[in-house]
Amino acid sequence: MTTSAQTVIAPARARTATATATVRRKQGFQHGGWFVAPFLGLFAVFVIWPLLRGLYLSFTDANISGAGASFIGLDNYREALHDSAMWDALGHSAYFTLLVVPCITVLAFLLAMLAHHIERGKWLWRLCFFAPFLLPSTVAGNMWQWLFTQGIGLFNETFGLQTPWLTDKSYAMLAIVITTLWWTVGFSFLLYLAALQGIPDHLYEAAKLDGANAWHRMVHITLPMLRNITGLVIALQVLASLQLFDQAVVMMDFSPGPELSTRSFVQYTLEQGFTSYRVGYASAMSIIFFVIIAVVALARMWLLRNREEGGR
Amino acid sequence: MTTATVIRTKSRKPWTPSQIVLTLIGVAVSAVFVAPIAAALFTSLKSETEASEIPPHWLPEVWTVQAWKSLWQTGNVSNWFVNSLVVSVCVTTIVLAVSALAGYGFARTEFRGKSVLMGVVMAGLMISPAVLGVPLFTTVQQMGMVDTYWGMILPQCAPAAMVYILYKFFQGIPRELEEAAFIDGAGRWRVFFTIVVPLARPSLSAVGIFTFIASWNNFLWPYMVTNNPDLMTMPNGIATVMNSYGIQWAQLMAGGLMAGLPLIVVFVFFQRQIVAGVAHTGLAGQ
Repeated sequence: MTTSAQTVIAPARARTATATATVRRKQGFQHGGWFVAPFLGLFAVFVIWPLLRGLYLSFTDANISGAGASFIGLDNYREALHDSAMWDALGHSAYFTLLVVPCITVLAFLLAMLAHHIERGKWLWRLCFFAPFLLPSTVAGNMWQWLFTQGIGLFNETFGLQTPWLTDKSYAMLAIVITTLWWTVGFSFLLYLAALQGIPDHLYEAAKLDGANAWHRMVHITLPMLRNITGLVIALQVLASLQLFDQAVVMMDFSPGPELSTRSFVQYTLEQGFTSYRVGYASAMSIIFFVIIAVVALARMWLLRNREEGGR
Repeated sequence: MTTATVIRTKSRKPWTPSQIVLTLIGVAVSAVFVAPIAAALFTSLKSETEASEIPPHWLPEVWTVQAWKSLWQTGNVSNWFVNSLVVSVCVTTIVLAVSALAGYGFARTEFRGKSVLMGVVMAGLMISPAVLGVPLFTTVQQMGMVDTYWGMILPQCAPAAMVYILYKFFQGIPRELEEAAFIDGAGRWRVFFTIVVPLARPSLSAVGIFTFIASWNNFLWPYMVTNNPDLMTMPNGIATVMNSYGIQWAQLMAGGLMAGLPLIVVFVFFQRQIVAGVAHTGLAGQ
């Protein structure tokens, strides 16, 4: 008797509770805007506005002072498409990305496997592999500039080489890649390490019972479980590498490198804007670059969605 | 997690051959990673003449702190250090405040145009000062903020990524917690400050630590927006000003270590939070 009454009452009470909550939530409506307002204000002024302004400037021949700019339509874009220096710079950024991304992904995975499987001194491995990432890019750049300097640098000395790392165009980008690997692998390493720690032990135990050896366990458990994190590492690295600038300019003493061989897209854009004072043209290149980055990001989202649908 | 670690330390496994091999590999690889930092440290303890000797050698023949001393006396280093600290602390504080509010607002409140605005913020994930350098500079110039603290600070304070991370976290907090408080008569803001913020402390500290690291190490933006050496931040001043005097390697390495050391010290103390933070932010990004 009582039990049936309770079962009748309970859902009703739950319903009123939800109803009240909905009302309360609705009362919070007008506050919602205030929560996001401070961020949106900063975001509008320092992200959206410059983007729109850049779009506008890219159709003008504005110089650095911004005065006396006139509308020139698509001329900047037309010029950019025929500017071999821009294509070279874009090529350098792309080449750097192609070299860095696979190396960092593999290296980060191997370091994480190592740190995960050594039973002692975990904090020490973490510190050693991650510490370079904590250095400012300019400091990492200066250190390696010094290591690579011919004659007084320890890199050639230690390995018994005579390589002109920083002054020959066939080695300069490679020197920047080596520096970047050392400097940034720590972040991806930590992502992998965290992902490895998140794989449930019982999967491995079950596999062991079924007689799987270490290789099988890695191929059939570890690698599939790490697929998401690998996608993330690659995506973050591609976006970061395309924006190459800091370490390259520091290592090359703020020059575009031997025979312009390390001039990245960002560096070329800034040169056009701040050295040649061609703000309109530099803005057009910024917009082109934004489109490239957006295409890469959208391609990633599209790939992810396809894979999810394929998996189901 | 902690209990598991405790148990493992108590019943420590013996040194198996595979563990010995792995540990040796670990030591070798770590040595490679630490070597450049060690080389920089040793170089900073050489005299300038010894630092540019050919052929080079690892350890100083005469140990001296001359480079550190003269760096401190002649350079603007103390200035740069203070500038870095002011900029990073301000950026971190502002970012924490605005991104916590915005993350919560997007995750848990309703208002007109929310989904459109959220889409705009997501698109903002693709825009960095590197992408927008020149137009951002002209904007800041128009506002009269070139060569000012605000010019360095404010453009770093709208990180869509941090909002996204916190948005994801706030979405995961059970609604019942808030609803109970609403029924008890608490308002939105009260719920935010007394329930939501304390729950979010791990995420907030991850966001704070990463913002601080990124801001302390930021080179490109301060490089664009400051010309006045008195206003430069640490990485910036050391890279641009020191190079322009002709490179003095021992001083340059000392300066680099001074700029890099604070974060390494922070990492040693906050290792656990940082690792958890990377895990958290990394996984939240999926």
